[in-house]
Amino acid sequence: MSIITILFCVLSAITLATAFLTIFTKNPIHSAIYLVICFFSIAGHYLLLNSQFLAIVHIIVYSGAIMILFLFTIMLMNLNKEDEVHKPRVTRWAAVILFCLMCLVLIGIFVNSKPIVGEYTSTGEDYQSIKVLGKVLLNEYMVPFEYASILLLTAMIGTVLLSKKEKSEK
Amino acid sequence: MNNILNHIGIENYIFLSVILFCIGVFGVLYRRNAIIVFMSIEIMLNAVNLLFVAFSTYHQDAQGQVFVFFSMAVAAAEVAVGLAILVSIFRNLGSIDIDNLKKLKG
Repeated sequence: MSIITILFCVLSAITLATAFLTIFTKNPIHSAIYLVICFFSIAGHYLLLNSQFLAIVHIIVYSGAIMILFLFTIMLMNLNKEDEVHKPRVTRWAAVILFCLMCLVLIGIFVNSKPIVGEYTSTGEDYQSIKVLGKVLLNEYMVPFEYASILLLTAMIGTVLLSKKEKSEK
Repeated sequence: MNNILNHIGIENYIFLSVILFCIGVFGVLYRRNAIIVFMSIEIMLNAVNLLFVAFSTYHQDAQGQVFVFFSMAVAAAEVAVGLAILVSIFRNLGSIDIDNLKKLKG
């Protein structure tokens, strides 16, 4: 068992455990912190797959921006108390059973499709350094890149409009 | 170190992504707190992104990573708008329990 396999196992265990803890923790702030750990371990997976650019962007966007947004919202609504009412018992058991069935079916499908995946061959070509990604992003995907900026601008305007206090009309 | 997929294999990444995606679905169904539901949606998005990066390495193609970049932009926009909607729901109803939103029908 090489050191990379051990790293992969440890990272996967951290990812899955913190994802479960995110769902099962009662306090929303604790959930958010577990989710940050989950995102960091996914960034570790990206680093293992040797895609540095995406690992850095993932840490900046998810662990930085999105989780801070979540934490601010939780603090704004003053939700850091543990008095949430649970769903009815039937719904919760249905959720557990659906989780098990979905895992079983999907993993069964992919176990049986293993011969189609085949062997991995490496040509040693550089395809995921920041230099190559920048060229691909700004040559082939120039128009979607600009659309992404328009999308972010629209989201920003929409957020400001939605969260602005409405003035009383009378 | 030649390549990561020689050590681990693409199928382990597929299994990890599938389990992570199922945890996300489970969170959406299990919890009533709308913020936790949003976090579960983020987990699902991340599972799919992880699989995209794994297959980008498998095929030695940069386009999968570019797609992940765009999906991160969409996720950021989605979270911003969704949390703004949650804040305005909280102002009107006083809670973000998703079962309180039944009156939204029709």
